[in-house]
Amino acid sequence: MSILRQMRFCSSITFMENIIEIKNLTKKYGDFTAVNDISFHVKKGEVFAFLGPNGAGKTTTIKMLTTLLSPTSGSIKMDGADTLRNQNKVRATFGIVFQDPSLDDELTAYENMDMHGMLYKMPTKERKERIKMLLEFVELWDRKDSLVKQFSGGMKRRLEIARGFMHKPKILFLDEPTVGLDPQTRNHIWSYLKKLNQEEGLTVFLTTHHMEEADRVSDRIAIIDHGKIITEGSAAELKKRTNTTSLEEAFLALTGKEVRPEEASTADTLRSQRRMWRR
Amino acid sequence: MNLIAIYTLWKRQLIRYSRSRSRIIGSLGQPILFLVALGFGFGPIFAKAGQGNYIQFLAPGVIAMSILFTAVFAGIEVIWDRQFGFLKETMVAPVSRFEIMIGRTLGGATVAVLQGVLVFIITLFIGFRPSHLYLLPVTFAFMFLIALLFTALGTAIASVLEDMTGFQLIMNFLVMPIFFLSGALFPPSGLPTALDVIVKIDPLAYGVDGLRGSLGQAIHFGFGTDFLVLGVIVLIFIAAGSWLFSRIQV
Repeated sequence: MSILRQMRFCSSITFMENIIEIKNLTKKYGDFTAVNDISFHVKKGEVFAFLGPNGAGKTTTIKMLTTLLSPTSGSIKMDGADTLRNQNKVRATFGIVFQDPSLDDELTAYENMDMHGMLYKMPTKERKERIKMLLEFVELWDRKDSLVKQFSGGMKRRLEIARGFMHKPKILFLDEPTVGLDPQTRNHIWSYLKKLNQEEGLTVFLTTHHMEEADRVSDRIAIIDHGKIITEGSAAELKKRTNTTSLEEAFLALTGKEVRPEEASTADTLRSQRRMWRR
Repeated sequence: MNLIAIYTLWKRQLIRYSRSRSRIIGSLGQPILFLVALGFGFGPIFAKAGQGNYIQFLAPGVIAMSILFTAVFAGIEVIWDRQFGFLKETMVAPVSRFEIMIGRTLGGATVAVLQGVLVFIITLFIGFRPSHLYLLPVTFAFMFLIALLFTALGTAIASVLEDMTGFQLIMNFLVMPIFFLSGALFPPSGLPTALDVIVKIDPLAYGVDGLRGSLGQAIHFGFGTDFLVLGVIVLIFIAAGSWLFSRIQV
């Protein structure tokens, strides 16, 4: 473990530049400020954990980073490209594994991967090789021609993770990636992520409520609450600062123990079918 | 323009269509019912009124109907993609919203034309005989225009709807009136003034007229007018659809 950390430390010295730079980012919905003037950066080759209670502004920030939402003010640069001015360049640099499912259930596993590769303009040969490699890696190759709707929750998750890697992104966003995965698969996927992280300098941007996981895998952590970054540093630093022994305790010490009200996401409202018209 | 992305999304619609055999067969039921019940039921009266063979008159209208329904439904599918999350996958890809909308619309329109062709084949079995075979390319052009127009309309509607509960409302207060008031079932001449005005503002009326004309029936508005009106409305709906689609938040 410590050797791993050292190796990563060495590799991060060679790639000190910031791959994500966020300056004075703000998002307002009417009177409500979801993200309030935050600035931070993620270094190339880092595993960065972005933590916070529900409703703290995590999802809004990720949506702005991944070009799904435009900021009210402030700027985001990903691998040197501006998320507002150079959308497609930004989009090509990252892969994302969403919190909610985002596969086409009526297509096969192979078709889902292939379509992704085509949308990212990968040449046919490279697509074929990469699909085989990745589906074998997540142990879905023998099910490649099955429709996704026949897959279990865990299998869909594995397929989404494989798809996130498909176009060889420089940055991988993982939004609660290991929900629904058994410890074996979780371990398997994290060891692959670490390998890519070390060999190819892949940057990982992770959100999770799983403090133990964040503690174990991340180089640096930022905690957001009420739309503000309240602290930043390595897991060890956060523990030291709060005088606690685990990241979970540190997190609670920083954000309080009160349970947060949660707003339903669009998917939830769609599922509950309450409102009919947008706005 | 990213043609590969447009092709990819077009192909997706076609794969999904080819997999939904029960939907293909199910949606042939309604046109067959219209052809048999109305075609043969009103046939004698239509003939007595001196208008000729009703099946010959009705078939283009029923083809237009199946294209209309399939196209609107293909457009409305955006709601399902939102619900099942797939829309997000396309929106983080290095493809503009406009290209996504064009790919989907072309895919949906192609599916609708295929469905129209299936119904066309069925009408031949029921006794429909197109008279000018050399005009078939014109028929296909009209089929495609109708399909494009209503897929774009479906996409525009789906972009502002939260979920499928509004679907009944759209069917009963928009799609059904568009069909019934298009002159698909009755000749659009000698109508009461109010109805005449309504038929004239119904875009499907020009599609039905174009199909009818190119399949050998008397044309009402004329090919030039039909093409011009449909073409302009297609452009307007695609523009409106892209604008509304670009404002979807996932």
